[in-house]
Amino acid sequence: MRILPHQAVYQTEMTLRQRLWQINWSLVFLITVIGGVGIAMLYSAGGGSMDPWASRQLIRFGFGLIGMFIIAVVDIRIWLRYAYVIYAVALILLVAVDIIGHIGMGAQRWIRVGPLQIQPSELMKMSLVLALARYFHRMNIEDIGRPAYLIVPTLMVLTPAALVLKQPDLGTAVMLLVGGGAIFFLAGVRVWMFGVVIVMGLAAIPVGWNFLHEYQRQRIWTFLDPESDPLGAGYHILQSQIAFGSGGVFGKGYLQGTQSHLNFLPERHTDFIFTMLAEEFGLVGGLLVLLLFAFLMVYGLAVAVRCRNHFGRMVAMGMTVTILLYVFINTAMVMGLIPVVGVPLPLISYGGTAMLTVLAGCGFLMNAYIHRDVRIARHASDV
Amino acid sequence: MKPEQDRGRIFTRRAMLLAGGQALLFSGLAARMYYLQVIESSRYRVLADENRISLRLLPPPRGRVLDRRGVPLAVNVQNYRVVVVPEEAGDIEKMLDRLNHLVQVPEHERRRIMREVRRRRAFVPVTVRENLSWEEVSRIEVNAPDLPGINIDVGQTRSYPFDGSAAHILGYVASVSEHDLTGDPLLELPGFRIGKNGIERQYDLQLRGKAGNAEVEVNALGRVIRELRRQEGQPGQDVDLTIDIGLQEFTAKRISQERRAAAIVMDAHKGDVLAMASNPTFDPNAFNDGLSGTEWNRLITNPDAPLTNKVIAGQYAPGSTFKINVALAALEANIPPSFRVTCLGHIRLGNQIFHCWKHGGHGSVDMIDGIKGSCDVYFYELAKRVGIDKIAAMAKRMGLGQLLNIDIPGERSGLIPTRNWKLATLGVPWQLGETLVAGIGQGYVLATPLQLAVMVSRLVNGGFAVTPHMTLAPPGVDPADEPPRSFKSLGLNDASRRVVMQGMVEVVNNPIGGTAFRSRIKEKEYAMGGKTGTSQVRRITLAEREHGLRKEDEVPWRERDHALFVGFAPIDAPRYVTAVVVEHGGGGSKVAAPIAHDLLLEAQRRGSSTIMPGRIASASTPGKDEVR
Repeated sequence: MRILPHQAVYQTEMTLRQRLWQINWSLVFLITVIGGVGIAMLYSAGGGSMDPWASRQLIRFGFGLIGMFIIAVVDIRIWLRYAYVIYAVALILLVAVDIIGHIGMGAQRWIRVGPLQIQPSELMKMSLVLALARYFHRMNIEDIGRPAYLIVPTLMVLTPAALVLKQPDLGTAVMLLVGGGAIFFLAGVRVWMFGVVIVMGLAAIPVGWNFLHEYQRQRIWTFLDPESDPLGAGYHILQSQIAFGSGGVFGKGYLQGTQSHLNFLPERHTDFIFTMLAEEFGLVGGLLVLLLFAFLMVYGLAVAVRCRNHFGRMVAMGMTVTILLYVFINTAMVMGLIPVVGVPLPLISYGGTAMLTVLAGCGFLMNAYIHRDVRIARHASDV
Repeated sequence: MKPEQDRGRIFTRRAMLLAGGQALLFSGLAARMYYLQVIESSRYRVLADENRISLRLLPPPRGRVLDRRGVPLAVNVQNYRVVVVPEEAGDIEKMLDRLNHLVQVPEHERRRIMREVRRRRAFVPVTVRENLSWEEVSRIEVNAPDLPGINIDVGQTRSYPFDGSAAHILGYVASVSEHDLTGDPLLELPGFRIGKNGIERQYDLQLRGKAGNAEVEVNALGRVIRELRRQEGQPGQDVDLTIDIGLQEFTAKRISQERRAAAIVMDAHKGDVLAMASNPTFDPNAFNDGLSGTEWNRLITNPDAPLTNKVIAGQYAPGSTFKINVALAALEANIPPSFRVTCLGHIRLGNQIFHCWKHGGHGSVDMIDGIKGSCDVYFYELAKRVGIDKIAAMAKRMGLGQLLNIDIPGERSGLIPTRNWKLATLGVPWQLGETLVAGIGQGYVLATPLQLAVMVSRLVNGGFAVTPHMTLAPPGVDPADEPPRSFKSLGLNDASRRVVMQGMVEVVNNPIGGTAFRSRIKEKEYAMGGKTGTSQVRRITLAEREHGLRKEDEVPWRERDHALFVGFAPIDAPRYVTAVVVEHGGGGSKVAAPIAHDLLLEAQRRGSSTIMPGRIASASTPGKDEVR
């Protein structure tokens, strides 16, 4: 399959103006629409008021967009060069929260830097994509076939995943593992190796069960049978499904969701915002939002496929997969398909870090698009 | 082929595969949404409504209890309470301080309020004080702007305007206890009161009414957001009593001079109970807010049993009042009224001696003389001739020894002994001497004042098996529409009845030997007949007889005889019947007869029995207002 004509010219240098010219406004539009849906839902979650969530989310979204543009127009080779550095910083921060958490006697996921609360696990999601993309960028297809060459990238995935799991944050750990696996797959790692890993993973489940926190086990149990404990741990799942089901095809109308507005639905502004949307706008509204994310997926795929440098396409596809993992985990969780793991819906759920992470991911996706024709040498020394 | 392109090709293929996988996940999500929102939608819609819609009970106003002319005896009054809604009040302590300047909030109440505030949700009102006076209500209303979160709330409490006068008839209401629960959701409402005794208990279901309900939308915390639908309940029905409250108050007051006493006035023909009083009494209003433990203990451990309605639950040896029954049994057994016995003050049976109350004896007496002078020897002789079983059969016909099913709870059956009864319960054969003792209403014989009144009613009403009742008509039926009750004839010989009645007339009106002559009613048209009774509480020992009987005043109160009197009036067309028992009162003629005199005179003067509802319609209006 050939996307680009063979005789297409590789670009080596682009001016800032050229890069700005290349910004893909249809992606910006798509992101803005999704963000707009989020602000509309937060307005409803606030009981028909911009306070306390919608207004703050709007401001964050604005800053996030600016950040996205900055990330998009920085030369892709700079990102390539600093990919490991960024990864290392993220890893150090992860270790730091672990230590602070120990000192503070309790689970901690945040580091306060001035007015900002940084969640290193979010930073790690993007950094991991960059680092893996760089690693695979310089590898031959033959090298990839050799298991020895996979030891380093595997450690790059497992180390942060283990740290995150320890926090404990099962949702992010799963995202790191699956996101990393997707990049391995894209890089061309043999399919049988995935088979081996999956079999080993299944075998490790009984062992892993012992490492889970009691509340995590409880969540899995109640996920398996939510109605056994309708007022306890199963309450969230059950109320969320009731909200979905009672919404029907066309929903109860904007600001009319009884489950959401009468507080039966927990966390309606964060993890369960999709539920509120589905209650108020029904099946139609829910499918439309899924469709928006499907557009994002197709867009990411198109960018990756058109990208002529390996780093760029790995980054584009990696970021897209990561963003969609949020979507899949969140929506499956609120619909009772998987246990509640606390993953927000990108660009819609209230929350600063996740919003910035996702917009940064979109920035890298756009960056790959802008630099799709830039030729990047295989070895860093050539850059 | 260059490896670079190779790598690109693999990437593209795998990216497509990945995208395909993601598309699959999307369709899985869409399928789940379809399942939840289309296939299972109706089920979840029901669950969502169950979540948000809550059914609230609307307690109906309790029915009133009215006397026979419509005077309210039990009503609902508005009870003004001051409540605080914590979330609106902010700092509760400060708010209570400010409120304390307007109405007193004692320190222990304050602690209770703070405790409740902590325990309940912030929007649930907590009662600060109940039963506010008008003055207090207006003081709070005037200062309302400075008292956010402080509200005046109107509730209803049961009120008994005549206090203890009719307490045993009306009973009282109190909080629902565990064993009262029947499944009626009303009973589970906090603060709901049900009838615990008397009419309040007997007609509790009718007085209670049917609960209405309101569908309200609530949030997850249970706070009401708005009302969706309301269905009014059915207020409780009024109960029209046969009681004439004027006569009732008079009766209660009259017997309150005795330590323990019971009195009833009833209509001999209709069975209407016109007054029924038991002493000591209690204040039914006190049960409203719940008695304290010590108050309740004082009531139930009081040896004078203030909570017991002695008219229906007090069982006494009827003493000489039982002679009415023995005489009737004898006459029906064809012993003529002219049958004579010579009373020498005692009678010998085997080696036992049975004494007459009159030490020197009555001399030669016929039946009317025997009743008039209450000659024990005469009735020993009659009883011996008639036999216990015939006496018992007559007693049963006259309403003794059985429940009369009066419509208030707590009635007891008394006891009329027979040969079989003694053999079955005591395992010992009947002795002739016991027949003699029963002949003067002593020994095993027990009767309630109610039964004695019914006995006399059946005698004087033409021999009809009248039964007593407290209500003019079933609740919800207008007494005016209620057909007069009719009773079966007992098949008594008219002549027999007249002989006994004549004897009773002479008891009161014959200056020579009538045991209650001093209590006669002097107004001729109101004149009464009756029978005294003095029932021994303890055996008089031989030693005492030898030393001469002690004067009543010298005997300790607890060992004194019960004083009884049954009577009817007027004598030519009897309508009013009374029975009076004064426990340890001494002699029936000295203590009970004067009370009966007062009651029968008052009943006739008032025309208690002829008072019909509606006579004073205007008087019942304030009562209606109170119910609102």
